[in-house]
Amino acid sequence: MLRYILKRLLHGLITVWFIATATFIAMHAVPGDPLSGEKAMTPEIRRNLEAKYGLDKPVVEQYRIFLVNMAKGDFGISYTQQNREVNDIIREGFPVSATLGILAVVFAALGGILLGALTATYRNRLPDVVIMFLVILGISVPSFVFAALGQLALVKINAWTGFTLFPVAGWGTVMHMVVPSLVLGLGTMAYLTRLMRSSMLEVTNTDYVRTARSKGLPPARIFLKHQLRNAILPVVTVLGPAIAAITTGGFVVELVFAIPGLGRYFVQAVQQLDYTVIMGTTVFYGAFLVLMVIVVDIVYGLIDPRVRLKA
Amino acid sequence: MTAMPPPPASQNGMTRSAGRSLLWLSVGAAGLFVLLLWALGFLSGMTGDEARASAPGVDFRNNAIALAASQEPPQLDSTRTSDQVSNFVLGHIMEGLLRQDEHDQVIPGVAESWEVRTDGATFHLRENARWSDGKPVTAHDFVFAWRLVVDPKTAATYASLLFPIRNAEAIIAGKVPPESLGVVATSDRQLDVQFEKPVPYFEKLAAFTTLFPVREDFFRSRNGTYAANAEDLLFNGPFTLTRWEHGASFRFEKNGLYWDKDRVKLAAVDVPYITTDSNATLNLYRDGKIAMVGQSPGLGSESLKQALVAGWPIHQMRDGSVWYLQLNFRPDRITRNHNLRKALQLVVDRGEYVYRVLKTPGYVPAASIFPVWLRGAENLFRQEYPAPEVAVDVAAARRYLDLAKQELGLTEWPPLVFLCDDTPSSTKQAEYFQTVFREKLGLEVRIDRQIFKQRIAKMQAGEFDIVSAGWGPDYDDPLTFGDLFASWNPNNHGEYDNPELDRWVRAAQETVDPRGRMAAFGEIQRILIEDAAVITTYERGQSYVQDPRLKGVVRRTIGIDPDFSNAYLEPN
Repeated sequence: MLRYILKRLLHGLITVWFIATATFIAMHAVPGDPLSGEKAMTPEIRRNLEAKYGLDKPVVEQYRIFLVNMAKGDFGISYTQQNREVNDIIREGFPVSATLGILAVVFAALGGILLGALTATYRNRLPDVVIMFLVILGISVPSFVFAALGQLALVKINAWTGFTLFPVAGWGTVMHMVVPSLVLGLGTMAYLTRLMRSSMLEVTNTDYVRTARSKGLPPARIFLKHQLRNAILPVVTVLGPAIAAITTGGFVVELVFAIPGLGRYFVQAVQQLDYTVIMGTTVFYGAFLVLMVIVVDIVYGLIDPRVRLKA
Repeated sequence: MTAMPPPPASQNGMTRSAGRSLLWLSVGAAGLFVLLLWALGFLSGMTGDEARASAPGVDFRNNAIALAASQEPPQLDSTRTSDQVSNFVLGHIMEGLLRQDEHDQVIPGVAESWEVRTDGATFHLRENARWSDGKPVTAHDFVFAWRLVVDPKTAATYASLLFPIRNAEAIIAGKVPPESLGVVATSDRQLDVQFEKPVPYFEKLAAFTTLFPVREDFFRSRNGTYAANAEDLLFNGPFTLTRWEHGASFRFEKNGLYWDKDRVKLAAVDVPYITTDSNATLNLYRDGKIAMVGQSPGLGSESLKQALVAGWPIHQMRDGSVWYLQLNFRPDRITRNHNLRKALQLVVDRGEYVYRVLKTPGYVPAASIFPVWLRGAENLFRQEYPAPEVAVDVAAARRYLDLAKQELGLTEWPPLVFLCDDTPSSTKQAEYFQTVFREKLGLEVRIDRQIFKQRIAKMQAGEFDIVSAGWGPDYDDPLTFGDLFASWNPNNHGEYDNPELDRWVRAAQETVDPRGRMAAFGEIQRILIEDAAVITTYERGQSYVQDPRLKGVVRRTIGIDPDFSNAYLEPN
């Protein structure tokens, strides 16, 4: 087990290095640089800035410096947030994105499992038809539409009730977290519902469920222990990538609800060619994604006795 | 569904039982979610400043307002800053030697009196100007700040503003040390400035953010983190920055130590929302959570439509910038040909372009690179020196085009490369010119759409025939537009090189007499139009919504904008 984990971590490290290098090359291949703007600078001022940021050195040398610093865990100072270290941006932004992401994933997972089980149980009856219609909607409508609609609904509700339970935007209280996390989790929840439904239906027709039923086990026990538990496995598999996708993909929701998460820096840095922030956030998210996949594989081994982890 | 056979009785029992289990599981799941919500909120320290979440945009109880900003201030070190949001914040929490009043006239700031001569200037600082830690603001604080600006190690983007001060250019180039800058504190309360050449607009410059003071002992005590956080700053302006959560919010509160604190009416300006999403800010205004929408950047056409439908009070201002088609004069470009440029110039109908294509309120056609609001010697510059008329004349344009074809020895016109941004509005504008040049002149235009950074890169490398560009003023003087097409200006992307124009730019820089200067700018204007060096298109305006109970907000084309230091609340 330990050897397996160590091996996976080593592979992960190589993957992260590869991500970093590919990003570095792509970033420098894009024309323009972090210093260019609508207003051109005089050559002297530009030279001074290039020297300050080390952009006057050859790219290979810049890459070497980047690797050495990355090994030390230092990504340097942002070009756009000029007084801030990339590490600080990640340290402040990621917990916000992660909080939002965890809530969204938990909401999506709980909702998806329950609704999936519900639709399978009431197959082809009214609850199934209604929920599956909403699921198709949830999968096909992008999150920025949900975000904008959710916010508009809040404005209407606040105007109608005359007081603010859930704020329209912003961050800082528990109430601020509710609507954005639901909006963020909605798409994933719809996807998980469909997955859970088909997995549940498959399980219902298996031999062991039929055996359990013929043994005369109480229906509640069959449902919980034999059906639900086995049907959940495929859902857990996609949960790892889903966590990473939700935590890194909250950009739009963060923008609409004015939430100070990392997703916004991740996207804006690319538009502004903020070299240090691009590298810092990409490497960080890359490492996070790799780690999530490893964790899910381990968890999978724990809940499914058929899977044995071997190095 | 009706075709389905009824489920067997045993199946029904199964379903009912599963349904009951599911109900209980749902209750459990909802409980789990709420618990998690609470736990995460507790962990991330969201113990709830509930008042903040529900504070109205116009808050009479606390005499405060709330706003949304488009981004967090990227740089609050006044010596290095160059963007609008930082400028807005710094203008409220700091003050320079001079400042602008509500009519954009220069009035005393930290300096109570001053003289500007042709070879320099002297400022006499007031006794009661204080830093937020109680110590007096002295002439040394300005000397220290200005030396920082020109220090090559600082690499300040706006260092070029200090070029008129003695030795500044040589210091920036690293030829002489920063200490040799022509600025001396002759006492704690007297500052002497020596000029490299006469600077007729130095008063206006002295009010600019880049020339704000920085106190040396405090700066050094921060060990390189000066201005990184609210506690890494000292204030001497009408407000102090009391909260700055990066990327999330900032807030300034009235500064009790400010020498002119009686003019400051608001107790606090809170910015709890930072987002570029225009719908989000509209919703916040709709919800009464912010006092202004579209203060920067202005309302887009879609937002404006919504604001009109909602019946909100819409205000307009000009943002000061002039937009134009820059033509490429590099030797290998056909746009170098004077007759081709004349042909292009004669078919552009600015009125049609602004009123029928752009259709954005507040925009006006630009007949000259010098915008209509610039002041001249006595009146507005454009009243003193009206721009030469260029009426649309397709027949004349075709004649010019034929001449150009002969001169260039072409049998067939190659397509013109029109470089623009990949935004919808940029594309629309490029397509308009594509249509005009094709229909009126039979010229093909190839539109080269690029993302912002790449457009800049291609523009600087000269990979275009025509590029749509704009210029916003750096300081309140015609020179900020007048030297744009001088052969040495790095923003002259088309590399226009006209010795006659260069001579007039130098004359404008070196003349002190206002009439003589304006005459020089008049010549620059004439040359640019007669030579069709640039085809100006529009002057940009901006629409915004402001809560009618918020009064006294000053909007400026150049300088601190918007300015809340004189703003106050008044019930309807």
